[in-house]
Amino acid sequence: MEVTKVENVTRTFKIGKFETQALRGVSLAIENGEFTALVGPSGSGKTTLLQLIGCLDQPTSGRVFINGKDVSQLNRNQRADMRRGVIGFIFQFFALIPTLTAYENIELPLLLTGVNAAERRQRVSQLLEAVELNDRSHHRPDQLSGGQQQRVAIARALSTHPSLILADEPTANLDTPNGKQVMDIMTRLNQETGVTFIFATHDPRVIQYARRVITLRDGLVAENGAGARATKV
Amino acid sequence: MIQLLKMAFRDLGRNRRRSFFSSLALGLGLAVLLLMAAFINGEMNGAMDSTIRLQSGHLQIRAQNYNETKTSLKWEDLVENPDQIVAQITALSPVQAATPRLFASGIASAGNQSTGVRVLGIDPLSQANAPYLEGMTSGEFLTPDDREGLVIGQPLADKLDLKVGDPVNLSVNTSNGEVAQQPFTVRGVYSTQTNGFDSVTVFMPLAKAQAITQTENHASVIFVLLNDKADTDKVVAALQTSQYKVLPWTQLNELIIQFEDLANSYIVILYLIVLGVTATVIVNTLIMAVFERTREIGILSAIGMKGRSILLMFLTESTLLAIGGVVMGLILGSLLVAYFTNYGFYIGKMGISGMLIGNTIYASLTVQDTVRLTILAFIITLLAGLYPAILAARMEPVLALRGGK
Repeated sequence: MEVTKVENVTRTFKIGKFETQALRGVSLAIENGEFTALVGPSGSGKTTLLQLIGCLDQPTSGRVFINGKDVSQLNRNQRADMRRGVIGFIFQFFALIPTLTAYENIELPLLLTGVNAAERRQRVSQLLEAVELNDRSHHRPDQLSGGQQQRVAIARALSTHPSLILADEPTANLDTPNGKQVMDIMTRLNQETGVTFIFATHDPRVIQYARRVITLRDGLVAENGAGARATKV
Repeated sequence: MIQLLKMAFRDLGRNRRRSFFSSLALGLGLAVLLLMAAFINGEMNGAMDSTIRLQSGHLQIRAQNYNETKTSLKWEDLVENPDQIVAQITALSPVQAATPRLFASGIASAGNQSTGVRVLGIDPLSQANAPYLEGMTSGEFLTPDDREGLVIGQPLADKLDLKVGDPVNLSVNTSNGEVAQQPFTVRGVYSTQTNGFDSVTVFMPLAKAQAITQTENHASVIFVLLNDKADTDKVVAALQTSQYKVLPWTQLNELIIQFEDLANSYIVILYLIVLGVTATVIVNTLIMAVFERTREIGILSAIGMKGRSILLMFLTESTLLAIGGVVMGLILGSLLVAYFTNYGFYIGKMGISGMLIGNTIYASLTVQDTVRLTILAFIITLLAGLYPAILAARMEPVLALRGGK
């Protein structure tokens, strides 16, 4: 089953009098449980595409489906509901709330979805263990290393059992050992939980983890490599 | 909600100094408001009390034709046989004191200096003279049969360079429109700390005043003090006759009441200016917080927090700032008000014709004003917090994640 499908999507940004077309008709589909890399040079549209799939933004034309549902015309609140329940995000900058501890950062999406206290406690403990940060649960982001912060972000993205995790350059700000550890954890969690990962990157060491690679160039899908399952629509 | 509260509290704690000074701005604003309210209230109460005690009484009985501004001395404008009426009034239980008084205008001269005065013929034995007796600074008060003695106010004594025992010439209007002149001696000097009264009022015994003004057995008014101001209307109703006018203090002091109404309207404008400045500080703090945390707002939005919750989070911050500010304001305001309630604020020789203002204003804060102003300051702070909160709630997640650029 397709967790997401993108149909002939364009996205144009207006900057002053000028219009820039970030995506110029992208179509692709991602199956449940995939571990897919979205690659391409800067400005190729990777982040824009992730933002459209992640319901953070809306396409200028074309349609985006998540679990079979057209999300391209949803209003702000409906998109927020979608992000809260179905999608998890991991960003290049370690996007944690600085005033909350590692535990509280992971717990936050669960609070937003109304999960009860006992279940929250259990889920956060599981996730802390999964990202090997049990001993850091009460540390705030400024007391954690970059790699540790990104692992907390992974745990937070997984907390609500999403169908899809979108990671935008998750290792770009990490050194090689930390980048490797983050990718190892993502791979393991993909295999263990079956959650779909789509990650944007242009780091060859990261690309090698992907079971499928989609290359974007100038706002279009240029290659759909390594993936026997990749579908050109 | 608890999480929002926790986040808001910790967010304020990130920049403790800024949060503290924002709250302090509100605290100072509220303290100023409380002090302003206490001063206006104190001044108005003081002016009304002084005017009632020294000048108008709780009520007055006058002849139908009596014209206060002209200080008329014609017999038909005066109360005839006032002692009889006084005896009747004194018999009423709410009445503390009733006494006839005669007003006349005149000129006091000593050496080569002279000044206009208001001669007040009083019964020296009446209880109603208490404020003058208490204010005696030198010499003695009058006796009923004194035929040459005067008691004058301290400012007048200073102006004419007079002291106890000095001679002073007095020219006084009479009932038939002439001017009578006679030498007197200063028996005593008083000060009620109310310049508007002390600088013009000269006391002499009623009998002497009647003699010099040729108003034999007449008085301008019967001055009545009650045990309780609240009984005024009841006593006025009981004393109504067709022969005389019975005027309560509210009518005798219309100017003060109008002035109080006016002051109350103006002070609302001052309140709003002070709170406007305070609100600007709070808005500024919260807008800075919103811009500093744009990316965090983007993250919260990305993990599915709705605009409503983001709005609520920032409103919670302004509520916490408001609570801090109100607490500081109440503490600071109470200290300031307590000081000025005890020691007063010296304003010097101020006064408006018809309104006696003491030389010192004593602050007087009512519970009603405290509650009203605290709620007002609180609500204005919350309203001030609304704009930055809306700004945060309406941010586009994609733009916010890029740090608003």
